[in-house]
Amino acid sequence: MTKKAYAEINEMQTKIEMQNVVKTFGRKNVLKGINLSVNAKESLALIGTSGCGKSITLKCLLGLITADDGSIKVDGKEICGADRKTMEGLRRSFGMTFQFGALFDSLPIWENVTFRLRKQQKMSRNDARDLAVETITQLGLSPQVIDQYPAELSGGMQKRVALARAIADKPEILLFDEPTSGLDPITGGVIDRLIIDAVKRLGATAMTISHDMASVRRIADKVAMIHNGVIIWSGKVTEMDDTGIPEVNQFVHGLSEGPLTLAAKEEAWRG
Amino acid sequence: MISFLQNIGQAALGFFASFGRIALFTTNAVRWTLLPPYYLRQFLRQLLDIGFFSLPVVGLTTLFSGMVLALQSYTGFARFSAEDTVATVVVLSVTRELGPVLAGLMVAGRVGASIAAEIGTMRVTDQIDALDTLSTRPMQYLVAPRILAGMICLPFLVLVGDLIGVFGGYIVGVYRLDFNPSIYLSRTLEYLEFADVAMGLIKAAVFGFLIALMGCYHGYYSGRGAEGVGRATTNAVVSSSILILISNYLVTVLFFG
Repeated sequence: MTKKAYAEINEMQTKIEMQNVVKTFGRKNVLKGINLSVNAKESLALIGTSGCGKSITLKCLLGLITADDGSIKVDGKEICGADRKTMEGLRRSFGMTFQFGALFDSLPIWENVTFRLRKQQKMSRNDARDLAVETITQLGLSPQVIDQYPAELSGGMQKRVALARAIADKPEILLFDEPTSGLDPITGGVIDRLIIDAVKRLGATAMTISHDMASVRRIADKVAMIHNGVIIWSGKVTEMDDTGIPEVNQFVHGLSEGPLTLAAKEEAWRG
Repeated sequence: MISFLQNIGQAALGFFASFGRIALFTTNAVRWTLLPPYYLRQFLRQLLDIGFFSLPVVGLTTLFSGMVLALQSYTGFARFSAEDTVATVVVLSVTRELGPVLAGLMVAGRVGASIAAEIGTMRVTDQIDALDTLSTRPMQYLVAPRILAGMICLPFLVLVGDLIGVFGGYIVGVYRLDFNPSIYLSRTLEYLEFADVAMGLIKAAVFGFLIALMGCYHGYYSGRGAEGVGRATTNAVVSSSILILISNYLVTVLFFG
């Protein structure tokens, strides 16, 4: 086998695999059996109505929430039921941005960006500041912001700092929870471009939760839609307009008429 | 009838669930306070927040309490010609009871609320989840430094509060009740034992632990939104104040006699 063919097969290897993942809170069955797989260096967008369990799926993947049943594998390693130490080791290969940034209010930007490197790898103050400047400059921010605090930045700048924090120690897997929510279309477009660049530059596997279909079309190779706690469709981003599934069609095109009524959403939310 | 029993059952289950959660949280908090890594900068920041910035409120509270105590005990003891004991009553009351309990309650209001609000806000804005994803244990980074700082700062605050409270009694005794300054001072020290001060300091360390623990617990499990954080803050102050009063009695019983 040639080196190129081997590399191609290697690239197609499954990075993340979720099988029959179930999660219940009280009487509410949020995930009823999620089946999902993401290949290495692939960018998957997870879509679905609010409260359908997208964020819970990501949190299960990170081990922030323990799934009640099913299997979640990262690089073939089972993480469901893994002990805390194994999970902490695994999390080092993840970088995540949260919906509202989740930057640490009490720390300046440079410490936010290099938090893991400072705490885990004992990176020196000077090296950390240099790395923070390098990372935020790549994301189009001025080096002067490194000594500011998160509250002093605009929403778009905070999202870029959150992205800088996620990519600072070059993780293999990047997770984005609604990276463009609350941003104007121009800033949203800039964030999308930065995400695409960062994922490409790091050769990372990415999973993005988004309601913004324009953003999904830009950043994703593959799309999966969650409805009623299960994946009802997954496929290439180019195929999502013609799935023939009414729920997917309604969601993708933002139609008010269709099976996803507000009453049905409320019913699903109540479980 | 069934719904009535159901409600009672649900309330009982809720109570035991909360009790179990607090017990687990306490065990984890103590465990992660003892185990490395230690976050020195976080700890120093908490020393400042809990200790240094609480000095004015504790100082003012104990000063006026010492002054009032001198006046009230004089009024009472004068009825059976025992005015001489005012200095002794002031110093023993302040060191054994008033200093630790008043300082504890004031710090519970100031610091317990602030810890719960800060950690609660971190919870609702996903900062605690972010800590986890950045391979840092929230228990060690957020809870352990606060508990350790609480246990160290409270005895220090009580010691300062004791001195200020006794000084308040002295001011009233000498300048208002016309006691001889040197006699007042000698009466203050005559019956004071090391055990009296030590007991107050032990109580203070227990109160410091409880204040930080309740602040962290209610913040950590804060509900969503501003209402959730507000409720966590209230619960932190109320529960730590009640626990201070209960533990005050228990520690007193332990050292009684």
